[in-house]
Amino acid sequence: MNIRSILSSRWAVLGGFALGAILLMGVAPAVLSDFRLGLLGKYLCFAMVAVGIGLAWGRGGMLVLGQGVFFGLGAYLMAMHLKLADAPASTGVPDFMALISSDGVPWWWEPFRSGAVTLIAIVVIPAVVAIVLGLATFHRRVRGAYFAILSQALAAAFAIWLIGNPRSTGGSTGLNNFKGFFGFSLRDPANRLMLYLIAAGALLAMIAIARQLMVSRYGELLVACRDAEERVRFLGYNPATIKTAAYTVAAVMAGIAGALFVPIVGIISPNDVGIVPSIGLLIGVAIGGRTTLLGPVLGAIAVAWAETSLSEQFPSGWTYLQGLLFMLVVAFLPGGLASLAPTLRDWRKHRRSDTAAGQPGVAAVPEGSA
Amino acid sequence: MEVLLTQLFNGLSGGSILLLAALGLALTFGQMGVINMAHGEFIMAGAYTAFVVQKALGDAGVSLLVSLPVAFVVGGLLGVVLEATLLRRMYHRPLDTLLVTFGVSLVLQQLARDIFGTAGVDVPAPAWLSGPLEVFGFSFPRTRVFILVLAIVAVIVLAALLKLTPLGRRIRATVQNRQLAESSGISTRRTDLITFFVGSGLAGVAGVALTLMGSISSNLGTSYVIDAFLVVVIGGIGQIKGAVIAAFVLGVVQSWVEYSTTASIGKVIVFALIVAFLQLRPQGIYVVRSRSLA
Repeated sequence: MNIRSILSSRWAVLGGFALGAILLMGVAPAVLSDFRLGLLGKYLCFAMVAVGIGLAWGRGGMLVLGQGVFFGLGAYLMAMHLKLADAPASTGVPDFMALISSDGVPWWWEPFRSGAVTLIAIVVIPAVVAIVLGLATFHRRVRGAYFAILSQALAAAFAIWLIGNPRSTGGSTGLNNFKGFFGFSLRDPANRLMLYLIAAGALLAMIAIARQLMVSRYGELLVACRDAEERVRFLGYNPATIKTAAYTVAAVMAGIAGALFVPIVGIISPNDVGIVPSIGLLIGVAIGGRTTLLGPVLGAIAVAWAETSLSEQFPSGWTYLQGLLFMLVVAFLPGGLASLAPTLRDWRKHRRSDTAAGQPGVAAVPEGSA
Repeated sequence: MEVLLTQLFNGLSGGSILLLAALGLALTFGQMGVINMAHGEFIMAGAYTAFVVQKALGDAGVSLLVSLPVAFVVGGLLGVVLEATLLRRMYHRPLDTLLVTFGVSLVLQQLARDIFGTAGVDVPAPAWLSGPLEVFGFSFPRTRVFILVLAIVAVIVLAALLKLTPLGRRIRATVQNRQLAESSGISTRRTDLITFFVGSGLAGVAGVALTLMGSISSNLGTSYVIDAFLVVVIGGIGQIKGAVIAAFVLGVVQSWVEYSTTASIGKVIVFALIVAFLQLRPQGIYVVRSRSLA
């Protein structure tokens, strides 16, 4: 590769990034109504989770089925802070708690009166949970299906715990009816636009981080762990650390997404964090192409958009479609739509000349050993 | 003492339900490596089969005994269809079978909602199972005793099938070494199908047993399938006895933890205990020794 092509590829990446920024932050707010922009903001939150899933699952081969937990941690932390900030100054007790009992605020809510503590916790708590769980499982070489089932069980336990504590978590209705966001009223369209722009900026930053991780030496190691974990270990690296790092990055991304989801959508409930929503987050990633950088983002946005528009008209139709998508895409197109073009190109090339040397499969998805 | 005994019985009873749900998985996940999330919906299908059979027969006393074999066939056929259409092409990608079968479970749940409605339906227990059973001055609900007995019978039948019959020998040979089994003249394709039929059929039987525990709805399976998978993970794959021990231990621990705390925090504690246990034995109670590095 000569210096010119390196430059041009770098310019292409920067140009694409700038184009994405203009589309998301300039064009979309200009052409969409406030309501549609709010919906797009919600989709962007799912896309942030998808970036992390693409890194952990597509690149690292870890089938992360419990991302709803980290999404929920970020969301509930933010929601707790917003509820405390909304609470009447005389009592300091959020409205839903005052309705249920007169015991006051649980002790573990108290730290989140502070906005700074909340913002730090949104990053730190999902990261700590992911590091502990990741090291505990990967270090003992618990992987593959075992890890997938454990992450799923974590999502189930989290949702059951939330439902079982209505006094402190709002139970199955969750937390909702937020009025302000760090002093800005959520009624004001200008502030809602600001929230959307924060979400768009966060998504772009996450894509940039994920890209840098993917092209770095670390990204190579992560793919190597997916494809031949034992060989990585024999070369002197510790796969547990490598995989835990990717899992943690994915968890932090999901936590931030959840924290932005709360003020944008205005509600967080166990329905958004349990097993079904956690696995639901994966279908967009699978459709877009789990190993690519942009595939998960575009796939997640497309799936979330399809869900809103379809379930308005055919409530049960969406569930059938979601189920069929899982079956057909994962069984027959494991590389996602991103693999369609290279596969077709290969196929045509093979048909044209039998002498063509085997093209290395561009979008092959090897089964990870997680 | 009485509390202790009652809790122990509750634990064994919960364990027997887990065991019924997990036995089929011990075959399909443990032996074949397929992560079948739709197993929970096969349980649901078994439960609705019991509902339909009772509607057709009208007599609760007979219909329970009739529904057991019928649900076995219904669950088994669902499993065979799933295996033959989707899973057979995915044996080299076991993790992806989880997502595909999750899609199947979404579709089956929605089908159940569209056919039977969103509200739960009841299957009344037969008269000969109502009321408690008195043993040494302690009373146990007869339905729970029936489920315990059913689970034990299922284990014995399955173990006998695997150990004593030619079919069981073929299944074990295919699991241990597919190529060698094939070159010894075993049709592994047919063996896979039969294994899946038996495993999914057991899910149907579990569904019938669950109708004795309360009303049934479309999300019946979801609440059991994760716990059933955990049983197989703790027990160690490839061994029925691992699943038996794990199911009863998990049942007793769960009932004890939930008794001393609350049901919601109990789930979290049990999860932490399972992660801690996997620190000690990452591959479960029973490990099949092999030379592979994994």
